[in-house]
Amino acid sequence: MLRFLARRFLWFVITISTVMTVSFFLMHSVKGGPFDGERKLDPVIEANIKARYHLDWPLWRQYLQYVGPFNLDDQRALAAFDEEGGFSLWRSEGAEGEPTRAFGGVLTGDFGPSFRYKDFTVNDILEESLPISALLGVLSMMFAVALGVSAGIASALRPGSGIDLTLRIAATGGIALPNFVIASFLVILFVFLIPLLPVAGWGTIQHMLLPGFCLGLVFAAYIARLTRTGMLETLSADYIRTAHAKGLAPRTVVMRHALKGGLLPVVSYLGPATAGILTGSLVIEKIFFIPGTGSHFINAATNRDYTLAMGVTILFTVLVYTLNTVVDMAYTLLDPRIKLEDE
Amino acid sequence: MALQRIARQVIPVALLASLLGGAIYATRGARLEPADFVFNNGTEVQTLDPATVTGVPEGRAIRMLFEGLLVSHPETLEPLPGVAERWEVSDDGLEYTFHLRHDALWSNGDQVTSADFMWSFERFLDPQTAAEYAYMLWYVEGAEAFTTEVEDGRAVHGFDTVGITAPDEYTLRFRLKAPTPFFLELMAFYPMFPVNRRNIEEAQERFPDRWQQQWLRPENIVCNGPYVVEFRRVNDRIRFVKNPSYWDADNVAFETVDALAVESYTTALNLYLTGECHWIDVPPANVIQELMPREDFNPIPYLGTYFYRVNVTKPPLNDPLVRRALSLTIPRKDICEKVTKAGQVPAYALVPPGLAGYTNANMPHGASYEADVAEAKRLMAEAGYGPGGKTFPTIEIHYNTADAHMQIALVIADAWSKYLGINAKLLNQEWKVYLDTQSNVGYDVSRSAWIGDYADPNNFVDLFVTGGENNKTGWGNADYDRLVRDAAAELDPAKRMAMLQAAEAILVDELPVLPIYNYVTQTTFSPRLGGYFPNVKDEHFPKFWYWMDEEELAAKRAGHMGRDDMQAVEAWGPKAGLYPPAHPKGRARVSNEGPPLNEAPPLNEAPPLNEEGGD
Repeated sequence: MLRFLARRFLWFVITISTVMTVSFFLMHSVKGGPFDGERKLDPVIEANIKARYHLDWPLWRQYLQYVGPFNLDDQRALAAFDEEGGFSLWRSEGAEGEPTRAFGGVLTGDFGPSFRYKDFTVNDILEESLPISALLGVLSMMFAVALGVSAGIASALRPGSGIDLTLRIAATGGIALPNFVIASFLVILFVFLIPLLPVAGWGTIQHMLLPGFCLGLVFAAYIARLTRTGMLETLSADYIRTAHAKGLAPRTVVMRHALKGGLLPVVSYLGPATAGILTGSLVIEKIFFIPGTGSHFINAATNRDYTLAMGVTILFTVLVYTLNTVVDMAYTLLDPRIKLEDE
Repeated sequence: MALQRIARQVIPVALLASLLGGAIYATRGARLEPADFVFNNGTEVQTLDPATVTGVPEGRAIRMLFEGLLVSHPETLEPLPGVAERWEVSDDGLEYTFHLRHDALWSNGDQVTSADFMWSFERFLDPQTAAEYAYMLWYVEGAEAFTTEVEDGRAVHGFDTVGITAPDEYTLRFRLKAPTPFFLELMAFYPMFPVNRRNIEEAQERFPDRWQQQWLRPENIVCNGPYVVEFRRVNDRIRFVKNPSYWDADNVAFETVDALAVESYTTALNLYLTGECHWIDVPPANVIQELMPREDFNPIPYLGTYFYRVNVTKPPLNDPLVRRALSLTIPRKDICEKVTKAGQVPAYALVPPGLAGYTNANMPHGASYEADVAEAKRLMAEAGYGPGGKTFPTIEIHYNTADAHMQIALVIADAWSKYLGINAKLLNQEWKVYLDTQSNVGYDVSRSAWIGDYADPNNFVDLFVTGGENNKTGWGNADYDRLVRDAAAELDPAKRMAMLQAAEAILVDELPVLPIYNYVTQTTFSPRLGGYFPNVKDEHFPKFWYWMDEEELAAKRAGHMGRDDMQAVEAWGPKAGLYPPAHPKGRARVSNEGPPLNEAPPLNEAPPLNEEGGD
């Protein structure tokens, strides 16, 4: 287990640094900058804005400054004597004598100021929006698993029956229909025709129902199909026949013996699904006006908000990686035949 | 394996517990009391610092929080006293003196004095502040040099070279380079609003690294306007609460106001239709026709023009005859009536109509579109294209990715191909890439628009001087430049307007830009909202807003309901109205303890929609 985690951590470092480097340079190579607008700026003003965010530096230096941990602000020295003769390490002064920070950058957990939302740092924005996205994601995931697994089992127990057919058609529909279509339909139904739920916004349980449902539906459909396939395979396995032969109740056989094996494909799907729910929530966030992270993922890129775009990318990389690792560990809990050390 | 057995039992429990904890953390404080008034600001504001922004949503938020020397009348936009209670203009129009009121306070209790304005104007003009709107104050003597003459990004001149002085604590004097008829209007414009020096300096001391964000935090920001910030949630809302220190607080009705950041037009409309939002600035284009007869949708001309820039450096578009032919063939009427549909006005000039004292120089055109097309065909033949002449190369219509722009481009490309035999392709680019292409004049024909910052033709004509930063067409004309320059120094307003008109005449003769239509405002707001008027700049002023009671609403409806085409709609807001304390109807409310300020709009007891519609 520990060896597994150590190896995973090594790969984590490699993945993160690759993602960070590639997306940093990609981001900066796209045409247009964060401060371009319909109204061209006066050259002096433009130069000063760029200088404030170090956009006048060569790209490699901007990259080092962004990654950290050393702050590369002008007039920085490894060690400096201040005016009274005191010695300080990594603490020097800017052009006007104001102290500047010695350390900064992603390695110190500082994602910098947002270029677009100038009153906030990227850390502020992520701290505020991530719990909202996470809650929405968790809710829709719980809903998707509950609905998908039950539908999948129901299908698998009577393959070819009317129930199976209906559920499979429903699942196909759920996969084929984009969530914004479902969302519009539900808004018309539950807000305007039957005024039960608020149309958009965030704050109460009622606000979470429609977006949670829309976001989870497509995943529920996938999970239903995966469960059905997995269960069909497991139900025909020898050890299930043995369990039946021992005279166990069919319910016990399905819930205690078959389900563990049958859910393996679902568990492996949960990693990518969670990633999909996080990054794919932007449409739902937009329709239901939810201040989550998903919308920043796209908006930051179109606004050329370099720091925020990078922050969201790094955050999602970390989340996806961590979740995949957790999923791999969960495997061993479900199927004792799988050992992490064997990887 | 023991470890695994423990993990098997602990991990699921831990996961569930952390999820639950996260859920509680995420929703803490998320449940809100509804605000007295909710409007959609369209997007998250870039900053609340009045000096460094240029956007419309930012302007709306800043007008809630700060107040300049003057404010504008909500309907006519004429200057009204703000922090300055009176002002004088010298006879030559070069010197403006403002007398500040003595009872204006900051939200921290300090007095608002001329020193605050001096410091704020210095900060605004300082090249280090990098204020995008700094040029708006360059009409003041020495201001342009102060901002633009720099060494290492820092101003080389002292602020004493700028013609702004404070003879005493309550007087402020401006010395202008040239008479500027719209100077008073500028003083009511949000970049000119003061900020609190102590606010910024304390933040710099306490947060040396993050003061640029920290001074604007709700807990730190100091304001002098009708409202202060209670909290902000990125991409959700800014919650404003009434500022008790505001000098005119007795005339401010709403205790709390929310500015939402809804970007989807459809979602904004849905919020409006369910009464959760009381004013939206843009409804979705596909419902405009249904909105037109409603009493809450009153499009009026807006100070903006939609036009195409033409790259005049590239043949065949370098030929004015060709540009005139292209312009004449644009089916402006069809575009306004069948595409944009909200009452937009076909434009034949760059400057929007309706500016006081100014008559547009319109592009010459015939009485009908058919006549224009015939003339265009003749011009093309004269330029040597068409049957028997040269073949016209394929050109591209360049626009930023958006459905509305695509539809207009399709109509125009179709007309050019049908009547002039020109093959025009569409090229859409993502916003920032589009801006880049446009600034580098890397296009053939490019969609553009300009919204006036102040109601003066100079604001538009000034764009196309040779080499101007916003020219972006490669066009230049010495006579045009001279007229624009001379107009800026002209003392006589009538002569000045005549010069600007002559300049515009050159522009519509050579047509480096093809005017298409003039914008209309599209705000949709609850009929109950008082003190709010659609106006030519689509700027709205929070200190005047209030909720009408049933009586006043009925009187308002009696005024416009005689018209057959007006459809009464549900009026969101409290039926009893919500008036400022100084209003006769407001006093009763104040005497009651615990007024029902946060009463949600009545959802189910509203009158049927068409009760009073038509007769």
